Amino acid sequence: MPLTKEQKQELEAKMREFVGKPIGAPDVGRDAVNEPMIRQWCDAMGDTNPAYLDPDAAASTVHGGLVAPPTMMQAWTMHGFDMAKGYDEPQDGQQHLHKLLGDHGYTGVVGTDTKQGYTRYLRPGDVVCAETVIESISEEKATHLGLGYFITTRTTFRDQDGEEVGWMTFRVLKYVPAERPAAAATDSGDGAAPAPPGRIRPPRGHDNAWWWDLVDQGTFPIQQCNGCKALHHPPRPMCNACRSMDMGWVEASGAGTLYSFTIIRHPQFPGYDFPVIAALVELEEGTRIVSSVIDCKPEDVKIGMKLSGFIHEDHDGFKLPMFRPARPAA
Amino acid sequence: MSNASIKFSDVSVGDELPGLNVPLTPAVIVGGAIASRDFTPVHHDKSAAQGQGLNDVIMNILTTNGYVGRYVTDWAGPDAVVKEVSIRLGAPNMPGDTMKMSGTVVAASDGVVEVQVVGKNAWGNHVDGTVSVALKAGD
Ligand SMILES: [Zn+2]
Repeated sequence: MPLTKEQKQELEAKMREFVGKPIGAPDVGRDAVNEPMIRQWCDAMGDTNPAYLDPDAAASTVHGGLVAPPTMMQAWTMHGFDMAKGYDEPQDGQQHLHKLLGDHGYTGVVGTDTKQGYTRYLRPGDVVCAETVIESISEEKATHLGLGYFITTRTTFRDQDGEEVGWMTFRVLKYVPAERPAAAATDSGDGAAPAPPGRIRPPRGHDNAWWWDLVDQGTFPIQQCNGCKALHHPPRPMCNACRSMDMGWVEASGAGTLYSFTIIRHPQFPGYDFPVIAALVELEEGTRIVSSVIDCKPEDVKIGMKLSGFIHEDHDGFKLPMFRPARPAA
Repeated sequence: MSNASIKFSDVSVGDELPGLNVPLTPAVIVGGAIASRDFTPVHHDKSAAQGQGLNDVIMNILTTNGYVGRYVTDWAGPDAVVKEVSIRLGAPNMPGDTMKMSGTVVAASDGVVEVQVVGKNAWGNHVDGTVSVALKAGD
């Protein structure tokens, strides 16, 4: 049940109390930076950088000796095996904040973005200590996962002398989970990843199924009125020029000109190749169609450019007309 | 990787890094979680992952960071010094898929180049971000 305005104000006031405060005592790495953990990391990441693995080779690099992979910084203060047990009660300020939100229905959590800076590379023997502060909490946002708050933490990593070795900001979304389709939780059974998603299919109804059926056969049709010969797209039951309901079609040559476009970068729905160049194409026959342009860099798209249409087939067999830049005439 | 390092003077904005395909085996996902000391159950326990509406275990963020860093230093060489890694997360990496990594140099000044990195799986971009890396000066 959604919170009342008063309940939300009360929740937000409690949340604000966390902002700017450390989540608890600094986390000190259980083990000093060490070669076995570096080697295990490199094995798992497939990293063969000699600066991390080969003391002799490392000595002749700018690092002057073995160093730990910089992106491993956070690993030195992670809690390890205990994390698998879960916690009945919040252990630190961040967990208290998450519980506060969870108790108000914001039960979902997902990491959205993170940024790390490396003041210096860590070397075997360094002891890493992490201090984390709740840096900010956003206004409530509507996201594709549900309504939620973005919580940003900032962690400063220090060495055994108290000197900063790096920092990290980390943003999570705490959200009210939207209803999920049940299929998301089904087990594929064989351990294989689910089939890659396909494009969202157009509904095929009485007035347009014939058009898609022709596309399925590799033809690019344009509807034409048998009465006045006007062209239409998308297909419709009645000619808006002469009101005839006697409709036929002609085959498009595919030649066209870019009339208008927009580039879709975000949000990235599964099943599409982003960035998507969504195009309104003026066909040489004289009508326009919404489609996309492929085999073209976004920066090369220009209104008025010549395009060449073809029937594209997706990995799942779905066919639709698309366009690519026309080759200049030889 | 080779022991040769790229020099700053060798790099131009618009340069593309060689692609890297990372097969997402259970070993890569679980091994990465363990190597980064992240034992959160969704990264190693399939039934826990399914309890959260996922099909299978998912790669943790530290492993993603590890691959992004490795991808750039594979290209830049052992003399490169990574300054910053900034990533945005999208479609989760799950076993059976492949993460295809690509990168482009988007800025270069004062000995530091910025590489835009994308790691893409069958569901879309798993990660996109930028890595700032200091390179040796040219001769
Ligand atoms: Zn007509």
